[in-house]
Amino acid sequence: MSEHDYEELGLKVGLEIHQQLDTEKLFCRCPSMMVEGSDDEILRYLRPTASEMGEIDRAALMEAQKGMRFRYQRPKEATCLVEMDEEPPEGPDEEAIELVLKLALMTGSSIVDEVHFMRKIVIDGSNTTGFQRTALVATDGEITLDGKDIGISTICLEEDAARKVEAKGKEKVYRLDRLGIPLIELATDPDIRSPEQAKEVAQYIGGLLRATRKVKRGIGTIREDVNISIAQGARVEIKGVQDLKMLPSYVEMEVERQLALLGIKEILDKRGSEVSKDIHNLSDIFEGCNSKLVASSLEQGKGVYGIKLIGFQGTLRGEEGEALLGPELSAYAKTAGVGGIFHSDELPAYGISAEECDAVKAEMEVDELDSFVLVVDKEEKAVGALENVMERAEMAFDGVPEETRNALEDGSTVFLRPLSGGARMYPETDIPPYIVSKDMLDDMELPETLGEKVERFHEEYGLNKQQSTQLFRKGYDILFEDLVEEGVDPSVATNTFLHTFNELSREGYDTDKLSDEQLEDVLMRVENGEFAKEGIPKVLTLAIEGKSIEDALEELGLGSVDEDEVRRAIKDIIEERKDFVEQRGMGAMGPLMGVVMKEFRGKVDGKEISRILREEIQNRCG
Amino acid sequence: MTSDSDSNDELPYGSLIDLKIEDRVYRGVLMPSHRFSQEDILTLKLDNGYNIGLKKSDDMEITVLEEPKDIHREEDKPKKEEGLPKISILATGGTIASYVDYHTGAVHPAQSAEEMIYANPELADRCVPEVDVLLSKLSEDIKPQEWEMIAERVVEEFRSGSEGVIIAHGTDTMGYTSAALSFLLEDLPGPVVLVGSQRSSDRPSSDAHLNLLAAVEMAKSDVSGVYVVMHQDLNDRRCSVHLGTKVRKMHTSKRDAFRSINCEPVGWIDPLKEKVELKELPDRKDTEPKIRGGIVKDVAMIYVHPGMDEKVILQTSGSKGVVLIGTGLGHIPTDLISSVEKITDDGTPVVITSQCLYGTVNCNVYSSGRKLKEAGVISGRDMLPETALVKLMWTLSREEDTRAIMEKNIAGEFSERRWV
Repeated sequence: MSEHDYEELGLKVGLEIHQQLDTEKLFCRCPSMMVEGSDDEILRYLRPTASEMGEIDRAALMEAQKGMRFRYQRPKEATCLVEMDEEPPEGPDEEAIELVLKLALMTGSSIVDEVHFMRKIVIDGSNTTGFQRTALVATDGEITLDGKDIGISTICLEEDAARKVEAKGKEKVYRLDRLGIPLIELATDPDIRSPEQAKEVAQYIGGLLRATRKVKRGIGTIREDVNISIAQGARVEIKGVQDLKMLPSYVEMEVERQLALLGIKEILDKRGSEVSKDIHNLSDIFEGCNSKLVASSLEQGKGVYGIKLIGFQGTLRGEEGEALLGPELSAYAKTAGVGGIFHSDELPAYGISAEECDAVKAEMEVDELDSFVLVVDKEEKAVGALENVMERAEMAFDGVPEETRNALEDGSTVFLRPLSGGARMYPETDIPPYIVSKDMLDDMELPETLGEKVERFHEEYGLNKQQSTQLFRKGYDILFEDLVEEGVDPSVATNTFLHTFNELSREGYDTDKLSDEQLEDVLMRVENGEFAKEGIPKVLTLAIEGKSIEDALEELGLGSVDEDEVRRAIKDIIEERKDFVEQRGMGAMGPLMGVVMKEFRGKVDGKEISRILREEIQNRCG
Repeated sequence: MTSDSDSNDELPYGSLIDLKIEDRVYRGVLMPSHRFSQEDILTLKLDNGYNIGLKKSDDMEITVLEEPKDIHREEDKPKKEEGLPKISILATGGTIASYVDYHTGAVHPAQSAEEMIYANPELADRCVPEVDVLLSKLSEDIKPQEWEMIAERVVEEFRSGSEGVIIAHGTDTMGYTSAALSFLLEDLPGPVVLVGSQRSSDRPSSDAHLNLLAAVEMAKSDVSGVYVVMHQDLNDRRCSVHLGTKVRKMHTSKRDAFRSINCEPVGWIDPLKEKVELKELPDRKDTEPKIRGGIVKDVAMIYVHPGMDEKVILQTSGSKGVVLIGTGLGHIPTDLISSVEKITDDGTPVVITSQCLYGTVNCNVYSSGRKLKEAGVISGRDMLPETALVKLMWTLSREEDTRAIMEKNIAGEFSERRWV
């Protein structure tokens, strides 16, 4: 990937951070917990309703077009009638309200006088009601990071959605345990100017949230949506980034994608390209086709339908196979319920022959600089899909369309829906407004600021500013303090979270996989002298690979060496070198230390070895 | 549709304003207050769709940027397909016949046929809907005289060629109305179907739509009589068909709240597959529907409980009839029996039903029951207390012997055999 001057490109990035709170659910008194399995399932449909402004939202409509059916799993431990939309919601959880107000104060935001919960229409099935309850609590805050101000435009309190278990065809399965867990949604202004800064801001805000000590930790408990635009491009929202470390990749790849689309716009303008409106039935050409998909589809009475994109050659897929317009057209086709498309920049392939391609070109009069797109399905569906393809192809003349895209794990994204407008909300009339009293805000105890924390860490634990800041950004400041309170040596803990974790990451180990409990277990064992701190990296490596700490120690032969064994080995070594020892006396300490450490590194603490060695040399020399 | 109501600051709702408080400016559309808002709060809809509440203060400055915009609603006039049966849909109010007020987001009863059809344009694929709004009332406000009015409209609808009549009704008292229609209507040529919705129609998950489609299927079916059609369970799959005299709302909020008591539902409908499965019910017939009798509203209903004072019974002495909801097999505290006797001695009919709902009243098993019987109390058998109330109101309008009618099975209100 080429290096860009992001400032020159006019890169603007804003983050929307969603953090689960560690309280009861927002609108019922169910515990906030994830559950395996389910007691029961219910089947539901959702229909779009007009918004308060009287229009049915275009994003909502597009989802409805899909005619989806939803099955909801409802484990008893974590759900009640509220999650099933069988009972009105109860008032918002007080603790959650208090937390969001704290965050508002911590970021210097202006808090509203009355919090009004709204219904945000979401009919992808992730909410049984068909809407997400959300309230705007504060606006216009600011954080300062490395001397740069980042505006906090809004802070909201909302309910988390149900989690998707599987999707097949027209049916999606969700589990309701996650539905209703309180989320703080914090949105920054588009003040971020580089991919790396996106990560830093996210880490900093994550630190603020954790400082309240009432947020959930672990994979999936904090999720980011990223808004990205470049000067000539358009605002694109990438939804559902779970791994903060990947934020820079998403920004970089979106910039690449927008640049590519702008390049395509130029090519299309230059060629005077256009989208042909004729849909051709090309089924006859594909009789006896080697593609299993095509052959079996034709057998089922489906057909092959195609359109011509005049002057689009090379814009669907690049010469080096890079994805350009192709995936975008395909995503639009899929919203009509088809499996995907074939297009000329990738054919012949997939069992479709060069002869068949030539016949298609002849039939539709596709010239050298033109492209064609094929869809295989029943006529009605295929026509719908191709109309969607035409719609998206037309949008290519304008460069980058505003849209919402789903984050994929590899840093790329896929089209989800057009960017939704502001007309998706109406008041949640089942929940009375929450009155924010001035007294309540005045009495609220806020967690210390980062500056205060740095100072205190220096005084109490001897950490320097950089170490404290790093612990905070990486999200280990709280755990650090908890462990030190348990008795862990501050320098061992700092070293593990900063130095060791960096090394492990460089070697490709994902340190996020380590739970707080595992880390506590390892560091306490070191503190109790079960094994030496030098063994920490190896133990953590095995723990990341999925082993229990107990098994890791056994595999490494750690923690099983007792003092007698060490003393015996040291005696043997001294015996072997008795002349040297008798000659040098305590001067033999240094050289012998190296020999003993070679045998016990990581298994026994160096200090311990040094003590025993000293004793044994003294014994020997009298 | 602009609001003609004004906010108390004379600024019309829907105005786009800048609201300056100290050095902060909020831009948004002025909205009506939430019904539970504090009095000194202005509700503003921001550009991002959120409403927020801000306290009014003297140093707050308001600049009006735009007058309220007309909100237009896209209304696809449902096309009338030839050859489909004509079905009357009479709205009386309640969640099912409600629509969202786009200013406030609050749900209001439909005021016009268009508002009723607006949310359910698919009705027109299944029938020729003749929609009329009879009442715009929450069902708890519907009065017994209005049962008679509804019954009269049902008769008119059949006379003007409808093949079935659907009554969209609030769920709270739908069972009372269905019982009343069951007694009031005679010689029905086709089905009368009451339908409601438990989860408001302003939510994409509302049960209104499936229930309404199921009601249409029922109204088109080959039977006659009065029925209630509602969700069978928590799935959006099937609706149950209940007999109008045997159905009761058994849950405050769940979509499967309606249950047949002391009998099974008389049918099931899968509206998406257009499948209707009915037990043996009276066929459609070529009859002239008419109203039989009327409603005498002056009937009292008493929920008996331990330690109840005889005053509660005696104060019904001015009523034309009394329904007791007794304990168990149909009992009341022994020391109240003499008070009941005073009522019956005045010639006022007293009917005993049971709080158990399930099972039948039997006055022969225990002495308290026998004494009630001796006091002239009429057994309500396995009738629902609400059905007994409605039946007594209806019976009192007729010249015949009250006891004889009360003990006769008129509209399926008694199950002759109980096996559920």
